[in-house]
Amino acid sequence: MGLWQSYRMRLRRKRRLIRALRKSRELTAVQDNTKAIRPQDILLVSTMRNEQIRLPYFLEYYRNLGVDHFLFVDNGSQDGTAEYLRGMSDVSLWRTEASYRHAGFGIDWMNYLKRRYAHGHWVLVVDPDELFIYPFCDTRPIRALTDWLDNSAIRSFSAMLVDVYPKGRVSDAVYQVGQDPLEIANWFDSGNYTISKNPTYGNLWIQGGPRARLFFADTPKKAPALNKIPLVKWDRRYAYVSSTHALLPRGLNRVYETGGGEKACGALLHTKFLDTFGTKAREEMSRNQHYAQSAEYKAYAEALDNHPELWCKWSERYINWRQLEILGLMSKGNWA
Amino acid sequence: MSASPAPGQQDLNSGTVGIVMLVHTALDRAAQVARHWAAGGCPVVIHVDRKVPQAAYRGFRDGLAQDQLISFSTRHRCEWGTWGIVAASQSASEQMLHQHPGVRHVYLASGSCLPLRPVQDLVDYLAARPETDFIESATTADVPWIVGGLDVERFTLRFPFSWKRHRYLFDRYVTLQRKLGIKRRIPPGLVPHMGSQWWCLTRKTLSAILEDPERITHDRYFQKVWIPDESYYQTLARQHSAKIESRSLTLSKFDFEGKPHIFYDDHLQLLRRSDCFVARKIWPSAERLYQTFLSERGDAMTGVEPNPVKIDRVFAKAVERRTRGREGLYMQSRYPGQTAINAVTASPYSVFQGFAELFEDFDGWLARMTGARVHGHLFAPERAEFAGGETMLNGALSDSARLRNYNPQSFLTNLIWNTRGERQGFQFGPADHQKIARLIATDPNAQVSVISGAWAVPLSRSKRSFSELRRIAARLQRIEAGQLKMLRERSTKARVRIWTMAEFVEAPMEPLQTILEEMGAKTPGHLNEVPSMVDLEGFGQFLQNLKNQGMHPYLMGDFPVEQEPVTMPKPPRRPYLVR
Repeated sequence: MGLWQSYRMRLRRKRRLIRALRKSRELTAVQDNTKAIRPQDILLVSTMRNEQIRLPYFLEYYRNLGVDHFLFVDNGSQDGTAEYLRGMSDVSLWRTEASYRHAGFGIDWMNYLKRRYAHGHWVLVVDPDELFIYPFCDTRPIRALTDWLDNSAIRSFSAMLVDVYPKGRVSDAVYQVGQDPLEIANWFDSGNYTISKNPTYGNLWIQGGPRARLFFADTPKKAPALNKIPLVKWDRRYAYVSSTHALLPRGLNRVYETGGGEKACGALLHTKFLDTFGTKAREEMSRNQHYAQSAEYKAYAEALDNHPELWCKWSERYINWRQLEILGLMSKGNWA
Repeated sequence: MSASPAPGQQDLNSGTVGIVMLVHTALDRAAQVARHWAAGGCPVVIHVDRKVPQAAYRGFRDGLAQDQLISFSTRHRCEWGTWGIVAASQSASEQMLHQHPGVRHVYLASGSCLPLRPVQDLVDYLAARPETDFIESATTADVPWIVGGLDVERFTLRFPFSWKRHRYLFDRYVTLQRKLGIKRRIPPGLVPHMGSQWWCLTRKTLSAILEDPERITHDRYFQKVWIPDESYYQTLARQHSAKIESRSLTLSKFDFEGKPHIFYDDHLQLLRRSDCFVARKIWPSAERLYQTFLSERGDAMTGVEPNPVKIDRVFAKAVERRTRGREGLYMQSRYPGQTAINAVTASPYSVFQGFAELFEDFDGWLARMTGARVHGHLFAPERAEFAGGETMLNGALSDSARLRNYNPQSFLTNLIWNTRGERQGFQFGPADHQKIARLIATDPNAQVSVISGAWAVPLSRSKRSFSELRRIAARLQRIEAGQLKMLRERSTKARVRIWTMAEFVEAPMEPLQTILEEMGAKTPGHLNEVPSMVDLEGFGQFLQNLKNQGMHPYLMGDFPVEQEPVTMPKPPRRPYLVR
């Protein structure tokens, strides 16, 4: 990589950080418990809109993993999200009515919060419908992982998005408050992912899964990216550039081995496809606040009308992380 | 833990074990383990890294002040790979030998070491081997674990710069010394040895090392050796020991970069079954491990030898996974370049070109004969023709041509990965999506059998206009010619067999037999079922017509205008084996 390229990337990163600072004016603190953050704490940052129904389980799940503090951006929820979170001492909440799209799909807001509060911390950036799993997550807390990463001088940890879905119609998978979504949506595609390298940022670009085969069979290039790097030992100079798919500086995107070996990595179980999805899709479509003019949501809404089932006879039923490792979707790497 | 016996009384028992403990972090765990040793009657001398803040150190020391068997030695600054660690163990050892005359063996441990067996077990084990030094010690030529490319040079170059903090200077200085050919002289009589830095030495050997008249020379020399804690005692013990057991009593596994593996709660059973005396490193928050192994257990396994084989296997696998990975797997953390790997795919598979055109129900026949899954044209223009007309395959792989063509390499590697354990075969031809052809040619797992020119058979029976057929034939021939050229290149790693169609039709049995054998046919030796060849009547005339129209079909070899009916089987002939 030439000097000129490096310089351009540096500019791009700076621009991201300036944007984040500018967009931070759109955030209003609703509940600021950041004083309670201790130096070693593991943080979680998330942007959400009308996801109150998912929060009880979400918080339980990540508290159990060992997340110490949650930094949430509430993008105009009207379902009582703020009321629900009120009084939780490990939750800090900001509110904004501004455009999700104009804030780089939320990353500007979150880059700002991380720059301000997450410097020197391990920070996990996930959506409310994403459950982070990693090798040994059933026996080792997330701090075991971050300690090991620290020890191994690794700064970023990848976790590919794995869409999970119910057997039967998506609209029949009725989600109850507090429920583990994996109880009703626990099937996934195990072996239809395509990988290529993004030359700009050096990250891998992974597509596939049920969304590619059902919604984007004719336009595979447009299928959503599934590669994610959600866990990073944050530094105030870092910035996500597109969702959590890629970061700057580019070294953080080198979460894969090119010499034949496997690095340790996890997965994000994406529990989007529940009965709540139909309403969400229609709402997001009308708001037009998502990537590529919400093309993704348009495609979903159409396809789900005439093909309401994502399940197929080759779908795998989710059991645990070991299963994902055997199938080759994640790896323990040299963590044993 | 106030049950520790009075020091004087304990020391009178000849042959206890003294623990020298090097501590730099997780002080509360270190304190817990130190108390455990002391409670078992073992004196402990603790060295705390100078880098630990004074306040933390004082708190730690005061917490252990009650225990008569625990004392603290002069503090040194310990940096990985430098002399400080040796200096620390020297002063702590001297203090141990001086203050506890009853100590016969000194065990060097770290703050993140955890005893796995009752203390008395270790004491008895060593008492039964009063003259033995347990120290891993091998000459530099014979050790495989060296990281960073410095083996014998550890002893012959100088290392004044920190590897961790001043890597640039470190590397530059090494390069410079190599270039100038500067070499240090190894003190006479010393033969450099290396090994795990966690040893257990007898009083005799340890005193001999520490009281050696040449010690100043030795120390001065080793101060500039790279990672001296892995070589100082290991080398000098060879000078003084009467009986060396070259192994460490501390179970300590290293990853591919030479960093120690860490043990967690879920390793409990593995550690228990290892029968090792001490393990490191333990994750400080592994509550269950500390609780289990430090709680008093009556079940002493007197005399049992440590047996870390199972643990070895687990960690060896981890290294293997990190450095080699699973062949043929492409995923978020494994994306090897072509040059980095042997095989492109996960397991062997067979590619057939021209067979489905020449034989009726070739797929079905081959599947019956071999038990393999035989697909149609996986790269056909309309869709991937999965075996049995399926629209989807293992791993929810779709038959959509667009999805497949979007990334043909992923499609093929996925297919082979998803069906591992079951041999796959598929048809290919010049009419198919060609982007995959080069990948197949470079894959040693691919077994490619080509009957060149057989694509003309379906054309000869087509009802389409002749001018159109002529155009198609010209295109297919051009594509196949290019393909054959590629398959014959020196860089081709696939196993390739090519027959011209004329050659094949003349003697089809031996090639078929060979293919079956390679695919692990169920009934080698003889064919009880032979695929029937399509009727080739009029094929020769068709080729002649093409020639008459100015197109030159040559890939099929020479066919007479009047083709006699082919009767299968025929006497075998040697195939034309390219590779």
